[in-house]
Amino acid sequence: MTTPDTEPSGAAGTAAAPGAVAPAPAAAAVPRGALAETLYFAVRNGKLLGGLAVFTLLLVAALAGPLLLSGDPNAYVGLAAQAPSAEHWFGTTHFGQDVFAQFVHGLRSTFYVGAVGGGIAAVIGMVVGFTAGYRGGLVDEILNALTNVVLVLPALAVLLVINAYLGVRSLTVQALFIGLTSWPWAARAIRAQTLSLRARDFTDLARLSGVSTWKIIVREIAPNMSSYLFMTFILLFGGAILIGASLDFIGLGPTQGISLGLMLNNAAQWNALHLGMWWWFVPPGAGITAIVGSLYVMNVGLDEVFNPKLRET
Amino acid sequence: MLRLENVTKRYGVGAFGGRTFTAVRDVSFEVAPGEVVSLIGESGSGKSTIGKMILRLTPISEGRITLDGADIRGFARGRRKEYYRRVQGVFQDPFSCYNPIFKADRVLWMIKEEYFPRVPRAEWDERVESALRAVRLDPGAVLGRYPHQLSGGQLQRLLVARALLLDIRYLVADEITSMLDASTRIDVLNLLADLKTRGLGVLFITHDLALGNYIAAKTVVLRRGEVVEMGDTEKVFADPRHPYARHLLASVPQLHARWDGEQEERYGGCPVHEDAAAPEADGRAGPGRLVEVEPGHLVACTGPEGGCRVALARGGPAAAAAGGR
Repeated sequence: MTTPDTEPSGAAGTAAAPGAVAPAPAAAAVPRGALAETLYFAVRNGKLLGGLAVFTLLLVAALAGPLLLSGDPNAYVGLAAQAPSAEHWFGTTHFGQDVFAQFVHGLRSTFYVGAVGGGIAAVIGMVVGFTAGYRGGLVDEILNALTNVVLVLPALAVLLVINAYLGVRSLTVQALFIGLTSWPWAARAIRAQTLSLRARDFTDLARLSGVSTWKIIVREIAPNMSSYLFMTFILLFGGAILIGASLDFIGLGPTQGISLGLMLNNAAQWNALHLGMWWWFVPPGAGITAIVGSLYVMNVGLDEVFNPKLRET
Repeated sequence: MLRLENVTKRYGVGAFGGRTFTAVRDVSFEVAPGEVVSLIGESGSGKSTIGKMILRLTPISEGRITLDGADIRGFARGRRKEYYRRVQGVFQDPFSCYNPIFKADRVLWMIKEEYFPRVPRAEWDERVESALRAVRLDPGAVLGRYPHQLSGGQLQRLLVARALLLDIRYLVADEITSMLDASTRIDVLNLLADLKTRGLGVLFITHDLALGNYIAAKTVVLRRGEVVEMGDTEKVFADPRHPYARHLLASVPQLHARWDGEQEERYGGCPVHEDAAAPEADGRAGPGRLVEVEPGHLVACTGPEGGCRVALARGGPAAAAAGGR
């Protein structure tokens, strides 16, 4: 990404590498053109496909599950503390709530926090990173100072203060909070990339062509780091889910509804572990691990797809 | 007329920009239409900074640059395009001038989008074709290709063609031949000479004296951000006065000479104050001031650090210390 050689030219160069091991026709079949080539390697990357499969499965469960299991996931629907059965797939809680219903509704909240929190963080990170990196000078110094302040902000302490003021907290408030506090590393990473791309002559040439600053950032600089931006979003998404779950678990989550972190919180509060009610805490824990794990595995896979040097033969 | 008047560029360095570094100091010269001026200097002499200031890619710290009498700082915001319609640049590294993920002819399309949005496609294609022919490029060979599929010479000429699509009057050519091999280099040079005959003013920035001598009518020799000698190319090349210019000319490898291990000759003395040809300059000159030693030939006093006894005597030790930066 730093030298022209590693861009499509380099990609084209290493694209022939599979041919060394794979049968010759496969190498000949590597399509030309950046997008076609990326797709070619994407559909052949096990890590990417595996991660995507797990992620999609959970996403479908989160989207479709609550529609099929309509009703309040916190309603008391059966006997208390039942092990998994045909009637209650994941068993019931200490109060007779259906764990599976809570799980699919919780998945939905978790994805919501990930998408909104990660999305807000990605947008702020990109705006700050691009502006600081491209404008430089005083603007850079101010934005950098702001980034560093937010970076060292004790998020937990801030959240406690906010909690004191907000009686009722919703998922959206939580997602907003995560988005507003987790962008700094993204901003710093994007700023560094922008700085290096800005020093290339093609941005000067675009300026000489009378192209406006925003157009240069969006059409000259951002496309050069599209894979990087994409991966930044994935990491922010996973990070937001983890932060959300942690906040829920320590009791700073939404005061209404359900989420995977809240399920863990309830299970811990009512001694599910000591009572041997594994079905209460294993599904939410496994769910969080599966979502974030699949995202990170996808990230590694994408890295290999976009970076010719990491492509395996 | 593109005119630089006492242009100075300072950069803030250090943690909070506390110290300053002067990249260009008090430089004045001009480029007339139909004239090639070569700006010669070693790496770090500030020649590319001057090019960037003319192209409004970096702000000027002091002094001013005017285009036909109008300060170019006035071409801000909305008037930026107006300036770039008349003044364009071509840079050193043709491979870095193209966004590697897009096709090379996008640089031409950018011009159409920004300057000629209303020109019909067919007419634009004709203009592109004629511009490409003007730089001796085969349209079929370069259009629709990615930058890595083209040679450095083709890319560089494509950039000149891009400049020609606008109605430019001045071209800043910053080391445009240094990344090219010898045979393409002469092609690009001839192309510049060709542009000159069409009335284009060219600022030819180079570290290669032979190239400067080849096409330029005027030569400006730059050292550490200061002009040490400038004037008509024949006069500067035939009779260099400043020690640095002499040294520069003496150090050009000759085609028929081989290195014989001989120590370089020391050129001493200040060309202004110790040269019998210009005794009257004494009263006017200080360190770095340019003095006309003959019509159309200006040389700078070397100052105390260059061993000018007059400057030393006049300024005393304090001035010598200040000069010895």
